[in-house]
Amino acid sequence: MEGAAVLGRLNWHVAEVADVWPETDRVKTLALDVEGWPGHRAGQHVDVRLTADDGYQAQRSYSIASPDGGPRVELTVERIDDGEVSPYLTGDAHAGDRFELRGPVGGYFVWDPDPGGPVLLVGGGSGVVPLMAMVRQRTANHDEVPTKLLYSARSWEDVIYRDELGRYGKRGDGLEVVFTLTREQPPDWTGFGRRVDRELLSQVAPPDLSLTLVCGPTPFVEAVAEALVGLGHEPSRIKTERFGPTGG
Amino acid sequence: MEALRLDGNAAAGLLSEVFAGEVTTAVGTCDSCGAVEAVGAIHVYMAAGTVLRCPHCEAVVMKVVTDGERIWMDLRGLRTLELAS
Amino acid sequence: MPIISRGFKGRRRDDAPRDRVPPGQYVTDDFPVLSAGPTPHTPLDQWDFTIVGEVDERRRWTWDELRALPSETITVDISCVTKWTKLDTVWEGVSVDTLLDGVETSAEYLTVFCDGGYTTNLPLADVTGGQAWIAFAYDGEPLEPEHGGPARLLVPHLYFWKSAKWVRGLRLTATDELGFWESNGYHNYGDPWKEQRYWGD
Ligand SMILES: Cc1cc2nc3c(=O)[nH]c(=O)nc-3n(C[C@H](O)[C@H](O)[C@H](O)COP(=O)(O)OP(=O)(O)OC[C@H]3O[C@@H](n4cnc5c(N)ncnc54)[C@H](O)[C@@H]3O)c2cc1C
Ligand SMILES: [Zn+2]
Repeated sequence: MEGAAVLGRLNWHVAEVADVWPETDRVKTLALDVEGWPGHRAGQHVDVRLTADDGYQAQRSYSIASPDGGPRVELTVERIDDGEVSPYLTGDAHAGDRFELRGPVGGYFVWDPDPGGPVLLVGGGSGVVPLMAMVRQRTANHDEVPTKLLYSARSWEDVIYRDELGRYGKRGDGLEVVFTLTREQPPDWTGFGRRVDRELLSQVAPPDLSLTLVCGPTPFVEAVAEALVGLGHEPSRIKTERFGPTGG
Repeated sequence: MEALRLDGNAAAGLLSEVFAGEVTTAVGTCDSCGAVEAVGAIHVYMAAGTVLRCPHCEAVVMKVVTDGERIWMDLRGLRTLELAS
Repeated sequence: MPIISRGFKGRRRDDAPRDRVPPGQYVTDDFPVLSAGPTPHTPLDQWDFTIVGEVDERRRWTWDELRALPSETITVDISCVTKWTKLDTVWEGVSVDTLLDGVETSAEYLTVFCDGGYTTNLPLADVTGGQAWIAFAYDGEPLEPEHGGPARLLVPHLYFWKSAKWVRGLRLTATDELGFWESNGYHNYGDPWKEQRYWGD
């Protein structure tokens, strides 16, 4: 087992659930105490490994929702009904429960405080999670880069971090939050009410955009990236983080 | 539309078992078409093992398999990999 | 010893008859989709199936020709090396015996080749004698592209990576040539009952 010890050397940490709170009907945030956490960059993720009492294991990736420097590492997880790991994390896990984490990893899809021009963040569903870490990091650091967050959710009830995002948009610090609700809009809704497409992006994306970060279910990310390229944005200035298969 | 496609970032945890430094910002050259891309921009598919494919020509640039104690890497599709030292 | 996550069970059935589940496997009712690359979409009028390599004469069937061959309904258990086993899966396909009928060869091995470039290798003896099929239907429906449609190899007595999706033909070979996974850590033969997952198992 010497080999296993060497392979595992840097990466796996024990995480203990310190607190859990609901964000929406289907989404919860888990605040974790992680032994030996080295700090992270906003946008990075961890691999979560769950082990059953008979040794069965399952592993999935989750983005870190909290900015660096906070007391705890927060993950925000959407429940996939027939899923294996997300129903456990959003249903069974309580304060005191423990599992393993590998990370932080993924330095490619991270907040860049100085990309040379405005930044557009485009999130679909739980794809807002790493983008929220970036928004929080930007605020904590008082970064000045003009930033727009375009967030697509099914309905207002499905918007994660609703209250916090509402506050961010009103601070006059160069951060703007734009919502589109694809299935159901409140009666007095003045935001967008359809899927993110080329026309919507042409209205939202600043012309002198220097970096776009797109995150969400794979079909969402592919559609947004394609539309951006279609609008003439340079592919090398579009970074994507696909969360995997889903219809949402 | 490829429903099972992920980004290079999704393989970052696995690759961190192999590479000491940050690997998703390392830059690889595809041996098939010569395209140069950051590992984070390469396509990832999770099957029996993890397969990284060139986002331009879909050729396999890396195959990674692990049994928990050993890791096998097939790098034939990668002409070079430039990492920060 | 890894940390146990209290209450975590995973998505598994625990009522499965033990004698039907190979060691280290867990029974699932789902049909997980694993893919080593993008899903190919070869139009059926451009699709063919060939037997090449160490053969007296190359054989080729168009889609319609393959479908006109006698086919069988097969009910089998399948085991993926990623640890899921699915019981009583129902397939329809053409036996590889039917395709090899009349082919003269001195080959002892074969490489299965596919749209998208995937390959896997097997002893010829493992695809003959009613052990392997070119399957084009699952559960009474045409095989979906995500599961390997229009056609995949079905060799249920070996780990499922040998049952290559999007199959286009067999190359018969005198020597054993390692396939896509067999060349990079996965076991050359892959018998689930002997838990032959990785090199050296
Ligand atoms: C880099 C990265 C970061 C991620 N960050 C987050 C995050 O911050 N928050 C979060 O909630 N999720 C995140 N995900 C997705 C997460 O890893 C899991 O895929 C998701 O939680 C489903 O796992 P499961 O075990 O519950 O479902 P599974 O058992 O894996 O799948 C069950 C069923 O749901 C489908 N399915 C699989 N994944 C998804 C998905 N993402 N959406 C919808 N359906 C799916 C499958 O096809 C299957 O039919 C991230 C993924 C990646 C690659
Ligand atoms: Zn290429």
